[in-house]
Amino acid sequence: MTGGRRAFGRSEGRAGNGGASHPWKGEAGPMRRASPSRETPVLSPERRPAIEDILTTLWTALQRLFTGDPELLGIVLLSLRVSGTALLLSTLLGIPLGVVLGLKRFLGRRAVIALLYTGMGLPPVVVGLVVYLLLSHSGPLGALGWLFTPKAMVLAQTIIAFPVVAGFTMAAVLGVEPALRTQILSLGATDWQAAWTVVRQARTGIVVALVAGFGSIISEVGAVMLVGGNIAGSTRVLTTAIVLETRRGNLELAMALGLVLLLIALFLNGLVLWLQGRSIER
Amino acid sequence: MNAEKIFRLEQVRKVYGRREVLAVEELDIFRGEILGLVGPSGAGKSTLLRLLNFLEPPTSGRIYFQGNGYDGRVPLPVRRRITTVFQRPLLLEGTVAYNVAYGLRLRGRPDCREKVAGMLERIGLSALAGEPAHTLSGGEAQRVALARALILEPEVLLLDEPTANLDPYHVALLEEIVCRQNREHGTTIVWVTHNVFQARRVAHRVGLLLNGQLVEVAETRSFFERPRDPRTAAFVRGEMVY
Repeated sequence: MTGGRRAFGRSEGRAGNGGASHPWKGEAGPMRRASPSRETPVLSPERRPAIEDILTTLWTALQRLFTGDPELLGIVLLSLRVSGTALLLSTLLGIPLGVVLGLKRFLGRRAVIALLYTGMGLPPVVVGLVVYLLLSHSGPLGALGWLFTPKAMVLAQTIIAFPVVAGFTMAAVLGVEPALRTQILSLGATDWQAAWTVVRQARTGIVVALVAGFGSIISEVGAVMLVGGNIAGSTRVLTTAIVLETRRGNLELAMALGLVLLLIALFLNGLVLWLQGRSIER
Repeated sequence: MNAEKIFRLEQVRKVYGRREVLAVEELDIFRGEILGLVGPSGAGKSTLLRLLNFLEPPTSGRIYFQGNGYDGRVPLPVRRRITTVFQRPLLLEGTVAYNVAYGLRLRGRPDCREKVAGMLERIGLSALAGEPAHTLSGGEAQRVALARALILEPEVLLLDEPTANLDPYHVALLEEIVCRQNREHGTTIVWVTHNVFQARRVAHRVGLLLNGQLVEVAETRSFFERPRDPRTAAFVRGEMVY
């Protein structure tokens, strides 16, 4: 860990230190130093050690990851718990809505779809702001006392993931050949049986919907930062920890957290490919 | 042919939007017969089959099935006595055996291995029972579609141009399977086709639909050799009549 800090101290240490005391000013630091008049030329031999430093940091990060660092583990578990719960809630709300929108034609359906599409593009930081206002002491839900707790983070992430899950589910159901339903009904299916069969045929797309929903929240930083507050041991998750540790100059920890995020993404993609199974080979 | 009417249509009309696609004054279908329905594309043949399968209600008029008249929602047990094989078979993801057993499972009969095996043998696809359905050729897929319908032992089998996309071997095979079903089990068949030769080969009676209207229904021989309506005569000769 110290290796990383030492390694980056030469070129970026000031940014890290500055970030620790003045988080928001910290971002401007490296940009100022990027000026050619003050920075070492890019191709200068003095830059070369930086690559070694990155590799050293990466190695230290991997060590932290695989030795079960309790701080790192706590952050990872909280991230999975918050985003997992939000995904569960989004699934319970989003899949039925997506299926209904995909199968049924009713008055106001287009309006619901328009709202859903808008929801799919919601900036997480705006969701965070709205949830913050709702849960703040003077807000309508202030009495719940959820602000700066994982519950607030779950609420914000559910609002972000739910339209994604519902929208992708609807697209998956709409992707099933419409004539299939007629053929199923002609074989004696009830409306429910036909709907269930269509949903089963769309299952690959629905799994993708869930992964997309999870991806949209596990990697999201704006909303959880605003409503969670990034409190150590309480509301600090992977993304907010990466921001903080980068500013502090704890680059190896930030890197380790980033690696965990990448591994989660990799695991999820592997899971999707496995679940899609042979259908993807068509 | 048994004279018992299994279907009777009275003043049945079907309108989509402002377009009237079907207007059948009267049509009787007898138990145990093969009724061939011919006509050009867009004549209303498939619409008529959807109404007969009670997949949608007529806009007006009444459809009698085994003496009971229906003009709206039809009880599930009644609907389950009729099934359709479509021109383009859409099979479910899963094995061939899974697809053949699908309709039985819908009826709460999951333990149907022997029946499925017997049906697969009957259509000559036993060797492919465990294969994924999406790997089948067009002809094989249509045989599976026929098998998943026949395994339900329907009283009425509706065929919506099931051989339109098939090679001559599969056409002959399907015709043989369907005709045997009719002979051995007395299943009533309504066979929509645009191929007049096929209608002549398989049907006991043939009807001509033009622009949603039933021009003529007659015994197959009369239909082809002594058509009453000049439009029927023209259609049989292969002339454009629409």
